[in-house]
Amino acid sequence: MTFHTADGLPSSLPRPPGEVERLERAWEAPKGWRLLSAVNNSQIGVFYIATALLFFVLAGVLGLMMRAQLALPDNTLLSAQTYNQVFTMHGTVMMFLFAVPVVEAIAVYLLPGMLGARDLPFPRLSAYAFWAYAIGGIAFFCTIFFGVSPDGGWFMYPPLTGKEHSPGLGADFWLLGIGFIEISAIAGAIELIIGILFTRAPGMTLSRMPVYAWAMLVSAFMIVFAFPAIIAGTLLLELERAFDWPFFIAARGGDPVLWQHLFWFFGHPEVYIIFLPAAGMVSMMVPAMARTPLVGHRAIVVALVAVGFISFALWAHHMFTAGLSRHAMLFVSAASFAVAIPSAVQVFSWIATFWRGRVQMTAPTLFLLGFHFIFVLGGLTGIMVAVLPFDWQVHDTYFIVAHLHYVLIGGMVFPMFAGLYYWAPVFNGHRLSERCARWVFGLMFGGFNLAFFPMHISGLLGMPRRVYTYAGDLGWNLLNLLSSLGSFILALGVLLFFIDAARVFRKKIDHDNPWNAPTLEWLPQEDYGMRSIPQIASREPLWDRPTLAAEVVAGRHWLPGTHSGGRETLVTSWRDAVPQHLLVLPGDSWWPFIAAAGTAGFFLLLTVAQVVLAFACGITAIVAIVAWLWQTDQPPHAATAEVADGIFLPVGARGMASHSWWAMIILLCVDATVFASLVFAHVHVSMAAEVCPPPGASLPGAFWPLASGALLLAGSAAMLGAQALPARGRRAPVWALVLLAVLCVLATFGLDGRGQQLAGLSPTADAWSATVAAMLAWQGFHVAVLLIMGLYVCARAWSGKLRSDARASLDNTALLWHYVTVQGLAAMGVIHLMPLFG
Amino acid sequence: MSAPLLPLAPQLQSVLAPAGEAAARITSLSWLLIIGATLIFVFVMALLAGSLRRRDGARPVSPRLWILGGGVVFPLVVLTALLVWTMARTPGWMERPPPGALIVGITAHMWWWEVRYRDSATGREVALANELHLPAGRPVWLGLSSPDVIHSFWVPALGGKMDMVPGRVDHLMVQVDQPGSWRGQCAEYCGEQHARMALHVVAHAPADFDAWLAGQARPAAAPDAALLERGRAAFLVQRCNACHTVRSVADESRLGPDLTHVGSRLYLGAGTLLNQRGAMAHWVAHTQDVKPGARMPSSTDMDADTLAALAAWLEHLK
Repeated sequence: MTFHTADGLPSSLPRPPGEVERLERAWEAPKGWRLLSAVNNSQIGVFYIATALLFFVLAGVLGLMMRAQLALPDNTLLSAQTYNQVFTMHGTVMMFLFAVPVVEAIAVYLLPGMLGARDLPFPRLSAYAFWAYAIGGIAFFCTIFFGVSPDGGWFMYPPLTGKEHSPGLGADFWLLGIGFIEISAIAGAIELIIGILFTRAPGMTLSRMPVYAWAMLVSAFMIVFAFPAIIAGTLLLELERAFDWPFFIAARGGDPVLWQHLFWFFGHPEVYIIFLPAAGMVSMMVPAMARTPLVGHRAIVVALVAVGFISFALWAHHMFTAGLSRHAMLFVSAASFAVAIPSAVQVFSWIATFWRGRVQMTAPTLFLLGFHFIFVLGGLTGIMVAVLPFDWQVHDTYFIVAHLHYVLIGGMVFPMFAGLYYWAPVFNGHRLSERCARWVFGLMFGGFNLAFFPMHISGLLGMPRRVYTYAGDLGWNLLNLLSSLGSFILALGVLLFFIDAARVFRKKIDHDNPWNAPTLEWLPQEDYGMRSIPQIASREPLWDRPTLAAEVVAGRHWLPGTHSGGRETLVTSWRDAVPQHLLVLPGDSWWPFIAAAGTAGFFLLLTVAQVVLAFACGITAIVAIVAWLWQTDQPPHAATAEVADGIFLPVGARGMASHSWWAMIILLCVDATVFASLVFAHVHVSMAAEVCPPPGASLPGAFWPLASGALLLAGSAAMLGAQALPARGRRAPVWALVLLAVLCVLATFGLDGRGQQLAGLSPTADAWSATVAAMLAWQGFHVAVLLIMGLYVCARAWSGKLRSDARASLDNTALLWHYVTVQGLAAMGVIHLMPLFG
Repeated sequence: MSAPLLPLAPQLQSVLAPAGEAAARITSLSWLLIIGATLIFVFVMALLAGSLRRRDGARPVSPRLWILGGGVVFPLVVLTALLVWTMARTPGWMERPPPGALIVGITAHMWWWEVRYRDSATGREVALANELHLPAGRPVWLGLSSPDVIHSFWVPALGGKMDMVPGRVDHLMVQVDQPGSWRGQCAEYCGEQHARMALHVVAHAPADFDAWLAGQARPAAAPDAALLERGRAAFLVQRCNACHTVRSVADESRLGPDLTHVGSRLYLGAGTLLNQRGAMAHWVAHTQDVKPGARMPSSTDMDADTLAALAAWLEHLK
């Protein structure tokens, strides 16, 4: 790219007076309690990380309670009932409220700066996602104080967690509470994907993109395809508990193993969703500590992508003892071996980087070394348990508890602490105490190994998992005592860290680059991120261009001010990062907070059967979301904007060039995966049945699905027509066509329902009928959403807000419309054609 | 033939102390994996330590050696060899019992094990609970199921575990070489007292096993003293027969364990209480203290004499 300035930088000096002040005003953080309305990633990211660390500590305390109970045989410190709630909450809070949120939180905070963006592309969505997680998560945790926590294990296997064996509220809190926290994680994932692909600094081609961004991209895509399986699973189990639809009840054609498939299809990728971001962080810190570029940058990127794909084939290795087919298990075992290879590539690359460079023995380095030790050990026990006969012995024993803590604490927690020490100056300007860090590391490393290494042995000596006590004559006593001692030492190390952090983080100063690190997050940052968005020419921009920081602060690069007076960043092409258009971002707003509180209230109040209050919260949430959406999709303040000397870019984009269009596409991938999971449930149950439909159930005649399908297609056609109109400048019939589409889609649901009613569909009678009803209900949920969105688009058209240069509401709604058509046709196809193959 | 001596020594629930050929193969596999993993771990840590050595200037590295050699070729070779070797040593799947196998039905409940044999001599079905007796040297086919939640049958000395899933009947083939006794435990979280759901396995020489089975097939021992008469009467008056069967006394209910020969059992409460003097009375009177949440209520309202009689009668049912 050539620029018009004398020295080849995008913008020339002197900068206009007041430019940086206008920038500061646009990005100024709200003060006091108004901070709750902040949407900037610099604030949301901090709240998010702090909340995740809070859950880490809370779940850690639960872990200490477990170890206190298990320190002695036949101990009576905790009753069986209490212990079972405590271990369920320990696992659930650690996995759902700490592990995934913290890696997303770190990305929310760090990625925009690292990519050269001023913020994430949907700031209010990240605020909503955070508050939903925070409010829902804290309410969920509080169940332990009322003794109504779930006690079915973090993996919640039915039939134990069905209504018969878990009649209390605990399981419902898990299902509804965790279910919608997933939604928060998915919103974050969509945003990260769009941010990584659309908003990188000019010149930051994919091959120059930091490895951490690659890791987050892969993890985010994994979230998109893995989380829907557990959304589907929690939906089905809650329908079974609330309405007696017997998906998992064997006596009525259901199968408990169906839950295991759905849960682990999510659960296995989840652990890589947790590990890959940490591996990405390691790939950023190792070169900085070794003061040499990362060895095998491209190999590591390929390895990350490979792990992402392979990890989806491994879920059944959590089910090796469930009686599945031997051939399938051998395949899964082989795949579980295979996933070790990309992990080995990363480990050897990191060690090679250390080998090549001169390693500074700082706090981050200590934790990186600890990570290598613990994670490699955990990875090796992972290979061991991938061996079928060995797993048949150690599955569900303390050997697995040891393995999982080695890979999760080694693979994520240690890199996280390394990252906290490493990026502390970016957060606050200060480095944490190096001397204290040695104590923190020593206590954590020593305590961790003392706690968890003996568990390999107690598992091999026969100690099963999830036991509130054990007999004293089995040879496990000393091992358990050591584990308990170690856990408290580990906790002491963590406590020491927080004491040091509280001391250091009290006052904020401007940050320097104390590690002399090479990547963009180390540029001087304010609320607006960096003063100007740098033109990038290499993987290690701060090493290869020592003047970059000064240039950026002086405003010599892209977008040194604000064009519209509001918050802005650049959208660049996904592969070569060529600037495409100026993206105007929304400012702070109360709507996301209100919507999140309403959503959380809706789900939690439903769980305690406060239906009226729940619906009041739900309506509040919908109103808040509509109000928030109404503010979006505005025509640009100008057609073009000058983002560098003599370089003009369009303001905003429509259709396929728009970042919101692509976000919708990714959302539809999530949607389709939930639907595919429901189809899987139907197929699984159908294949187990001897006759399809089972005796007593029947299908509607051909008229119903054909008529319904025709109406779906008509609705899509109407939407296509509506989409064509604004381009021709004719807006009046737009709302008429949209209304027509709404009527079509309501009619299809009516036809589907009526047809099944005439066929005598009874979801409580057997699992086959229940899965048919579940797909119907899922389609019905979409019809309800289309109703709301259709009316919304009509309102936009009526009020004149729908224009050829402000039509995202129509275009994105149309995307969902066409998806619902395809989904409806697919559902009918599966339901009516499956019996022909039976 | 009396039961083996009590109490059992530790290490009888260990993967590393096998009692049969199938388990022994897994044990030797385990040692190979442990040693192999240790060697690889030490090797990688040595590289890590070596990378920290300080010296002047940068040390060139060959990316091909490290990434391709260490990261791809090395694990590929090791893992392929491991896969081939373990596939060869993974026992084949049997659809049905081999000829000459003893067939035992095990049904898991919350939180006890129902064990059923068919005595070939009399054709009678023999039911007991929480103990599995086997003839040494003969294959035994265990049919595994559960009517309530998912449990998992696991006796480490006999080999790997198998989940017991409602709606499915799975099986496990086991064979023990020598007489002895071992312990197993439910290995799938099944609710409040999952931790107290143990099972004891006793292997006899074949002739002793036949004698044992014949003994189990006999109906309950008749009372031969007034105390025992009172105890048997108390069993019915207290409505213990609402859940428990004692063949020839009460045959109505299978909700709880069969008590026809409970006096000869090693433990009470699925491995919770050693069956020694006073255990029976303690279990009956304080069930909820010993195993809170168990489906059996504590009999707190029985007077001491009745309790003593009942306990004596139950102990007499050998």
